[in-house]
Amino acid sequence: MKKSVFFGTLAATTLVSGLAMAGTLDDVKARGELICGSNTGLTGFGAPDASGTWAGFDVDLCRAVAAAVLGDATKVKFVPTTGETRFTALQSGEVDLLVRNSTWTFSRDSELALDFVAVNYYDGQGFMVKKDLGVSSAKELDGATVCIQTGTTTELNLADFFKQNNINYQPVTVADDSEAQRQYLAGACDTYTTDASGLAASRATMPDADNHVILPEIISKEPLGPVVRHGDSAWGDVVRWTYYALLVAEEKGVTSANVSEVATSTADEEVKRLLGISGDMGAKIGLDNEAFKNAIAAVGNYGEIFSRNIGEGTSINLARGLNALWTQGGLQYAPPFR
Amino acid sequence: MAMAADVPKDSFRLSMLIYDTRYRSYTIQIVVLVLFALAVAWLLNNTVQNLEARGKQFNFAFLWQRAGYDIGQQLVPYTNDSTHFRALLVGLMNTLVVAFFGCILATILGVLIGVLRLSKNWLVSRLMTVYVEMFRNVPLLLWILLSYVLLSETTPAPNAFRITDEMAAAGEAPAASMILWDSLAITNRGTNIPSPLFERGLGSADLGFMTLNLTFLALVLVIAASVFVNRRILVSARATQEDTGVRPVTWWKSLLVLFAPTIALLIAMGFHLEVPELRGFNFQGGILVAHSFTALLLALTLYTAAFIAEIVRAGIQAISRGQSEAAFALGLRPGRTMNLIILPQALRVIIPPLISQFLNLTKNTSLGIAVSYLDLRGTLGGITLNQTGRELECMLLMMLIYLSISLIISAVMNMYNSSVQLKAR
Amino acid sequence: MDQHFARTDMLPPMPPPVTERGAIKWGRENLFSTPLNIALTVLGVGIIWWVITASLPWWLNSVWTASSLGECRDIVAASAGEGATGACWAMIRQWWGAFIFGFYPPTEWWRPILAFGLLFAALSPVLFSGQTRNLTLILGVVLVFLVGTLWLAEAPALAFALSVALVVGLLALAQVRPGLTLWFTVAYPALCFWLLWGGSVWGPLVAMAGFAILYGVFRFGSPFIGLAPAAGAGVVAAVLWWLYLDVPVVNSLQSMLPFSLRSINSDQFGGFLLAIVIGVTGISFSLPIGILLALGRQSDMLIVKSLSVGFIEFIRGVPLITLLFTASLLLQYFLPPGTNFDIILRVIILVTFFAAAYLAEVIRGGLAALPRGQYEAADALGLDYWRAQRLIILPQALKISIPSIVSTFIGLFKDTTLVAFVGLMDPLKGVTQIVRADINWKGIYWEPYIFVGAIFFVICFGMSRYSMYLEKKLKTDHR
Repeated sequence: MKKSVFFGTLAATTLVSGLAMAGTLDDVKARGELICGSNTGLTGFGAPDASGTWAGFDVDLCRAVAAAVLGDATKVKFVPTTGETRFTALQSGEVDLLVRNSTWTFSRDSELALDFVAVNYYDGQGFMVKKDLGVSSAKELDGATVCIQTGTTTELNLADFFKQNNINYQPVTVADDSEAQRQYLAGACDTYTTDASGLAASRATMPDADNHVILPEIISKEPLGPVVRHGDSAWGDVVRWTYYALLVAEEKGVTSANVSEVATSTADEEVKRLLGISGDMGAKIGLDNEAFKNAIAAVGNYGEIFSRNIGEGTSINLARGLNALWTQGGLQYAPPFR
Repeated sequence: MAMAADVPKDSFRLSMLIYDTRYRSYTIQIVVLVLFALAVAWLLNNTVQNLEARGKQFNFAFLWQRAGYDIGQQLVPYTNDSTHFRALLVGLMNTLVVAFFGCILATILGVLIGVLRLSKNWLVSRLMTVYVEMFRNVPLLLWILLSYVLLSETTPAPNAFRITDEMAAAGEAPAASMILWDSLAITNRGTNIPSPLFERGLGSADLGFMTLNLTFLALVLVIAASVFVNRRILVSARATQEDTGVRPVTWWKSLLVLFAPTIALLIAMGFHLEVPELRGFNFQGGILVAHSFTALLLALTLYTAAFIAEIVRAGIQAISRGQSEAAFALGLRPGRTMNLIILPQALRVIIPPLISQFLNLTKNTSLGIAVSYLDLRGTLGGITLNQTGRELECMLLMMLIYLSISLIISAVMNMYNSSVQLKAR
Repeated sequence: MDQHFARTDMLPPMPPPVTERGAIKWGRENLFSTPLNIALTVLGVGIIWWVITASLPWWLNSVWTASSLGECRDIVAASAGEGATGACWAMIRQWWGAFIFGFYPPTEWWRPILAFGLLFAALSPVLFSGQTRNLTLILGVVLVFLVGTLWLAEAPALAFALSVALVVGLLALAQVRPGLTLWFTVAYPALCFWLLWGGSVWGPLVAMAGFAILYGVFRFGSPFIGLAPAAGAGVVAAVLWWLYLDVPVVNSLQSMLPFSLRSINSDQFGGFLLAIVIGVTGISFSLPIGILLALGRQSDMLIVKSLSVGFIEFIRGVPLITLLFTASLLLQYFLPPGTNFDIILRVIILVTFFAAAYLAEVIRGGLAALPRGQYEAADALGLDYWRAQRLIILPQALKISIPSIVSTFIGLFKDTTLVAFVGLMDPLKGVTQIVRADINWKGIYWEPYIFVGAIFFVICFGMSRYSMYLEKKLKTDHR
């Protein structure tokens, strides 16, 4: 008898999704909800709290997109994906957008038929070791046991690095960040390698942070960013320009607190265009003209998101570094809003 | 009266396809076949369309590309320059080795516990009941996770084995030491066991598609020959016993035949053990058995043993009391009664469910994912799938391999089963 | 003098020697009868002693109130001295909701609780068809459970009153016409779906109506066009209903009589709620499929038989985890482009296939255990295949298989933990992983595992005891 419910739902969902497929933007609008692929739990970047509310650096980007498209930052459904299921979830249309510390690489862009629309965090792979190990460079790690997270680019980078330097290692693959930390703290591996941001975050939350050092070598480039399906440029544009809007907002000093005030008082033409006072920037990509203003009002500008979730003063305690604005010596650079 | 013999000779009507039992089964089968073919065609069509929509192809060429990642435990030579196919083989071997040892250990432990659970000793039988209920009623995944945590949290780090100069000067012992005459080191990363080495090994032969280790082959051949000869000795001893009623003393012959040739061969090839030694970060030399393997093996063994214990207990209880009473009446001691009378009969009841436990254990090795043990699912269905993005190919291939393993195990075990079953008379 | 020494009164019985009475006798017989037994006893005591000494301090130093792991460890260090270990159950206080309900909104917790309680009310008519006493017992327990838990979960007054009224009504019905309670079982799936997922009440009801249409067409069509065509027409009508009329009818009914609950997305399901939803729906969907597969495997028709065997052996030959990855990675390749439904539903589909293959083997065992005479008797009565199955064979075969069906369910329930690997929040790994990513509880691992393991143990142990009880009760004459 339960089959009825099952088939009923099946039929209904098939119908509903049969209508869709026109374009992700229309889908999201029709659904009234953005489905965002997220981490299963990475402190600072994306994790739910005890009441199920998601928070984090990546999560806020999803919220910004939801605010831009739907005018409401809470209309996001987060689908936790593992390192192994994330790209399939995106390709198959299960999620509209994947913001899950995913590295932009050639093969992912081409073979996997994905589009990386921006880089919201410039990262690199590093190593963390215990201080009493007496290691000051990754090249001294000959014969060490290394903890790596599976399903990531770090596996390949690690193999390349040790091969280039002609040294050996014993890999210990682990499934997620908390397990890797447990192993590392228990001494089951000499060093833990992942993105430097992840290392810093881990180190900051360790009870004895002073006993751990992050080695100077950064062995790879890890540009992390939001991913959409290949071939849906309209939707790609929405995500890309929502992200850039957050960057421009920081550049121009527009924050979630002063956005409505700036909107009335600003004389800066670019800010006017950004906030939808003049021009029709939002409408041009199929959104409301106040889309970017909504996004900024909902989650703040890039700098606010950064400092709220992972910046100095939070328990993750990351410096802006490469992710400072280009005006402050970083790499975060938004094309002009024109 | 003659009417009864008249079979109605109606001409064939279409409705007979449904109402006439002679034709109905054909109708049903044809309908089922057509529906099945339609379903398959529908699925294939969808798959083709989906592949096209995502710009993907369906081929297995990626198996011959460079894999690029490293695998911790490799029973076949493998580097990150090897192909994905090679990684698949490494994973397959890792799956098989856990399954193999798991089945053996679980059977031994399961039989032991099953027998002990029926023991007259109150304490022991209660303890075994607690064991069985505890392991049967909690998910295997939990046991795997717990045994992994247990192994890595309660064992010392390799550093603890180190004797620094100050310690040597002060005459202090290190915090941890190797066991079994300094040959075995258990660290929180794994167990370092000595590895066998041969000074004058026979080398290996390259057969093109694989290399054959001649040393290993020679050992296997010699042992097989010894076992064969030993069996001949036992057979002739039995023949003598049946002829004369006196069993000739054979134990020293057996021992000699079984062990002497192997030992001689080992000495001839210069056999010695390479003992692991702490150098740098880790123990070097010897063989490292990583804890992901040990934890998986341990959890699978303990979990499956609980099920096997129940099977064994049911099997023993299925033997009628008269059998053991008859054995006691013949003057057999309880141990011999169990070995000679009860177990051989119980075996017939035990084996069929035991087969399905072996199959379960083999399939459960795929839970190595919880401790990141790189088995078939970890290599082919994990990293390879992830790095190449070939879900369809990888998953289908993986299912096919698991299916073949299952079918082979059940075929072999069913053969054994039919050999121990009572022959129908 | 006639002397005789015969006693005229009985001697009082001597107390048995010390070694033959009381605890000593018991110990001698049960613990120390042979050298081997002595060794085993000593070994057993040693193991118990070792386990207790190793873990007792940890249990004794448990901390129940703290806001983070660090605080917890400080409390342990302060109370039991530096270097002491202690369990930190304070984590459970903060996170227990997620372990049980996932991220189901706390204000709506009464819904899964109600659905869970009513599950037993729906099962009881099947298990004790028409036995008023047992029905009353179960429904009474359900009533007490619901009153207690719904009050604790602060259910809205209306829902509270309605559900109590429902169970009381069922209780009353069980006294008068116990057979009619079966109708509640029929209605339960729709009710359960509505309670758990919320939304308009008409969705599940209209979907159920499809089955009514199937039955109606079959019933009224069969006298005119024959059994098989009527069944076919029924199926076609039902499918048409679901495909084309379902959605508009729901919408119009909803606009006329808006009666709905807050709708809950399936991504908010987690913890034991998810495990039970997957386990119970998996088993109930798979039962009919399993029966068909078992009959197919027993069939004389070569094609039907080989398809059934192929399906069963394929599913049983691959690990569940590959099937789950199929649900997560491959299923969408096999469906028309653009089809998309959520991962929980996909997992349930694959779990259903999985359970169906295992149930088919269980039921096949039940069919094989029936004496040949039953089949022959059914044939002799002139029953056709389906009537024979429905009236004679299946009722008996299913009755024999009930204990094995329960153990299949236990196995499936334990296996639901594997859904964590496709990103769902199962209690064991999914929720635990989120807890361990929580900044306050980073580094905790024993406590969540022990907590979840204990709950699994209680549920599975309870069910396995129940199935043993059933086995004993059902074992009447089949030998």
